[in-house]
Amino acid sequence: MNTDLYKYTLRLADNSLILGHRLSEYISCGPFLEEDLALTNTGLDLLGQAEALLKYAAEQNGTVDEDYLAFGREEYEYANFHLVEYPNEDYGYLITRQFLMDVFNVVNYTLLKDSKDAMIASIAAKSLKEVTYHLRRSSEWMIRLGDGTQESHDKIQECVNHLWMYTDEMFDLDEVHERLQKEGIASDLSVIKKQWHAKVDEVFEIATIIKPELPKYSLVYGKDGGHTDFMGYLLAEMQFLKNRFPKEVW
Amino acid sequence: MAHELENEDPIKLAEFQAKIDAEIKIEPKDWMPEAYRQNLIRQISQHAHSEVIGMQPEGNWVSRAPSLRSKKILMAKIQDEAGHGLYLYCAAETLGVSRDQYIQWLHEGKAKYASVFNYPSPTWADMGAIGWLVDGAAIVNQVSLQRTSYGPYARAMVRICMEESFHQRQGYEIMARLMEGSEAQRKMAQDALDRWWWPSLMMFGPHDSDSAHSSQSMKWKIKRESNDDLRQQFIDKTIPQAELIGLKVPDENAKWNAETNHYETSDIDWDEFWNVIKGNGPCNRHRLAHHIKAHKDGEWVRAAAQAFAMKQNNKLKIA
Amino acid sequence: MEDNQGTLWEVFIQPKAGRPYKHAGSLHAYDKSMAMEAARDLYTRRGEGSALWLVKAEDIVASQPEDMEAFFDPANDKAYRHPTFYTMPEGSKHI
Repeated sequence: MNTDLYKYTLRLADNSLILGHRLSEYISCGPFLEEDLALTNTGLDLLGQAEALLKYAAEQNGTVDEDYLAFGREEYEYANFHLVEYPNEDYGYLITRQFLMDVFNVVNYTLLKDSKDAMIASIAAKSLKEVTYHLRRSSEWMIRLGDGTQESHDKIQECVNHLWMYTDEMFDLDEVHERLQKEGIASDLSVIKKQWHAKVDEVFEIATIIKPELPKYSLVYGKDGGHTDFMGYLLAEMQFLKNRFPKEVW
Repeated sequence: MAHELENEDPIKLAEFQAKIDAEIKIEPKDWMPEAYRQNLIRQISQHAHSEVIGMQPEGNWVSRAPSLRSKKILMAKIQDEAGHGLYLYCAAETLGVSRDQYIQWLHEGKAKYASVFNYPSPTWADMGAIGWLVDGAAIVNQVSLQRTSYGPYARAMVRICMEESFHQRQGYEIMARLMEGSEAQRKMAQDALDRWWWPSLMMFGPHDSDSAHSSQSMKWKIKRESNDDLRQQFIDKTIPQAELIGLKVPDENAKWNAETNHYETSDIDWDEFWNVIKGNGPCNRHRLAHHIKAHKDGEWVRAAAQAFAMKQNNKLKIA
Repeated sequence: MEDNQGTLWEVFIQPKAGRPYKHAGSLHAYDKSMAMEAARDLYTRRGEGSALWLVKAEDIVASQPEDMEAFFDPANDKAYRHPTFYTMPEGSKHI
């Protein structure tokens, strides 16, 4: 097994899995019915991506299936960004988290559709259509909330300020990524970083949101298996039945 | 009834009834007796609220669904319920009442929703039982309502029935899988059936003889079949499904009657029925509180969207 | 302030390219782009179509039920507008 590729596949998969899970938690809590439905569509797209990627990871692994990977791993084995495990504190946090991640996904999948790994490339091509739509929606919400009322402006600025530190992780180049980048499998992080900032700047300007400074961030990154306090609770819930009945099939 | 038929113009009333009898749908701008309008306002909004409140018992398990497949299915199903609530609110709005007003009535306790959603969903098997029994009962009712006399309601029902067709199957599939599983899973399935059987029979409402709105609703073809007839259809379909996968409905008196070609069952515990309707069910307070909180939490978002739209309009006017 | 979750919009779907648009239902939205996205998220989840039209309900001009007879009955006795009205000679083809 190419352990680099395996790790990389899980990083992609877990970002979608955990963000999709967060959206599933929010069902019936939306600000109005139309928005509740739309958020669920985004969640379903993300879980579909997670499933495809976890299947691919399971194939590489050879001893487990995608459901084991989704529900059976230890916390340190999950490789998602800290950003996506951030809880649904309110709609402002939810949509800011979504926007920051949507921009990353669009830029990343645009590059990955030309990945030398055929499976990654094909999943990226399919996912790109979905995340393009997600970004369209979340950008519009950032603009509406940023340029809506004074209250919504202040709230969304606070969400951006608070979540900003978690964006640092998106552009961290480690050995795994570097090797895969050289092989043409992983996307070029310096390109991603540039394009990500350009898109974020564009939307923030229309939304009258001020981009915060990037503070120093001291946790072990999620992609390396370190997690925030929120992850344990998330997994306790998500893995509940698997933990309670390890052998049962549902 | 607040709106007496005696106050209506008898000629218009006769024409209206003739249209109904000829199976011509009533549309929003057509003349209709005020009592017909009020009856629809009550029934469609109650139906809409039920769909939306009905998201909660299943929402309770969406974050704990045991596989990627079941998680996606459950999300899609709850999403459908939100959609159905939405279609129905839109249909109800054609009667001249805003969605805002309907939601306010719900929050003030002036509008009801199906009592069945005031029961808890403590295990994964409840996802099976709700889909199989609660959606199963709802479908029997909704198939009948596709022929209801009010156009917007009938059209919403056609769309809803088309979308709902997978709901009952997903529930029954969960139950069937549990019955093929471990001892613990089989117990879970039987326990869920025991808890949901009677509440789902209650979904069809009181006996025809005790139903306050039934006879006028039937005459106006708002309702097409009686509570008891629909309930019997559901019982006749469901008992064999239970038996097929090794489950037993919690009624010692349930048995097939070859003469009537129907199952016989015990009578419903009507005290419980009225008690839950009065607000004393296990989850009444919680269900409403959840809806009120979500609505309140979303207020600043709705205000922002409205303010932004107004700003854009003003810009267009100046330009 | 009124809080009606936006205004009412009517949604029309084109099931396939080349086909006429058909009314699918309604929704609430605050502005045009949100209305379009809500329609996509609500009415095309099962591959119902490939194009959408959105119209604000208040912008629709609708005929009134009381005009029905004057509007539509006069068309009932104009059978000469339909091809079956005409008698073709025995044996004529492609007409």
